[in-house]
Amino acid sequence: MKEELIISGRMNPHIDPILNAWGWEIAFYLFVGGLSAGILFFSALFVLRKKENIYPTAVKLAPMFVPFFLILGLGALFIDLHHKIYFWRLYTTVRLQSPMSWGAWTLMIITPLSIAWAASFVKEIWPKFNWWNIKLLNTIEKIIIDNRRLLAWPLIIYSVILGIYTGILLSAFNARPLWNTSILGPLFLTSGLSTAAALIVWMSKSKLERNIFTKIDLLLIGIELFLITHLIMGFLAGGQVQVESAQIFLGGAFTTYFWVFLVMLGLILPAILEILELNDLHIPAFAPAILILAGGIIFRFLIVEAGQITRYLY
Amino acid sequence: MAIDTNLCVGCSDCVVACQVENNVPVGYARDWVVEVVEGTYPNLAIELRSERCNHCDNSPCVRACPTGASHYAEGGIVLVTPDECIGCAACIESCPYDARFTHPDGYADKCTFCIHRVQNGQDPACVAVCPTTCMTFGDMDDPNSEISKIVRSRKSKVLAAEAGTGPNIYYLTK
Repeated sequence: MKEELIISGRMNPHIDPILNAWGWEIAFYLFVGGLSAGILFFSALFVLRKKENIYPTAVKLAPMFVPFFLILGLGALFIDLHHKIYFWRLYTTVRLQSPMSWGAWTLMIITPLSIAWAASFVKEIWPKFNWWNIKLLNTIEKIIIDNRRLLAWPLIIYSVILGIYTGILLSAFNARPLWNTSILGPLFLTSGLSTAAALIVWMSKSKLERNIFTKIDLLLIGIELFLITHLIMGFLAGGQVQVESAQIFLGGAFTTYFWVFLVMLGLILPAILEILELNDLHIPAFAPAILILAGGIIFRFLIVEAGQITRYLY
Repeated sequence: MAIDTNLCVGCSDCVVACQVENNVPVGYARDWVVEVVEGTYPNLAIELRSERCNHCDNSPCVRACPTGASHYAEGGIVLVTPDECIGCAACIESCPYDARFTHPDGYADKCTFCIHRVQNGQDPACVAVCPTTCMTFGDMDDPNSEISKIVRSRKSKVLAAEAGTGPNIYYLTK
């Protein structure tokens, strides 16, 4: 038997007895970041494939939400900072080894890009919209519309960076064995794309568009389940601290949340509903979408919370 | 720094000395004492360890910091510049020793090896105050320093070596 105890009464807030330095703000940001990345990816991809009018919800309508999602996410990140008046220090340095520095600069680029992208579709969705009837803004709008295909390339690249970064932010910390797996980047990217596809299916009025995005979502759910299996297999084949990390989901504190709320209700049930929908059974479009979106946010909360209780010592 | 686990009696003087010397806010600690008990009664072995930031050679906190507030000072001591820290807690998440915390004023805080004393030729407060003189502080890069000789001549270990951070606190075990 071995027992390790801190006997000097250390009780540092948010560190002891278990680490809780990151809370809902980070989990919420990772969710909206992934969702935004997914929406921008699909929108830019189908502009490049010249399918604007076949998939109008994905290309034109869904990106309208992205600037708001990103601003909400940035707001959550700002709330999370404890030394807020110095936040501008993020933008006086570029630190290649710090995932958070990468994230800050990616958001600095993709947020205005997403605003420009969404703005260029406003008049296609609401033809009577005339809030920016100023010559300069009209000129900028025309330049963006004329160069939309050129803009789509950086948008695709940055959306993938944003989506994958939401996982790498956590996986770069080897001090937290549950986070320290390179699968987390692709897994969060896939999850972000899946939540975006679900939201598009929910909003779309076109049967063809709903059909294709349901198929895309099914594929993404399949990839997610595959990656989750590999995540757990990788931990079980790892060192002692990683084996202990996997136990959190295999009988430990987060077992129910993980298997019932994420895997069953967040992935498998919506996949079944989507398969039924594809087979012409009438399933309300919001049902699988809400399950997938809820699964996506639960996933982020689970990983952020569970990761912080995994450690090397004591 | 080298800490003799056979001499440490777990009195926590080092913790109090640090709090006083560095004006550590009430309710926080930059160093702490761990008691490890192995075996089953009556066959027990005990180890006492005074722990703090390991001032690692490959510090994950310095890598994680998005602004450069966490940095290596001359001699390898890992420090935080409060005016550059945004309080994002990335360094706290990155430390396998949980040696950092958020100061009530908002920035990340931790052991400085009492750099203000070391620069004046003094030992850190915890080392100076230890009633059993279980701690030795010095330059590991100098093969003739007292600490280098002690670490060479005794059996020692570092904590969580598998985390790959290159910690610089040696626990003398035999």
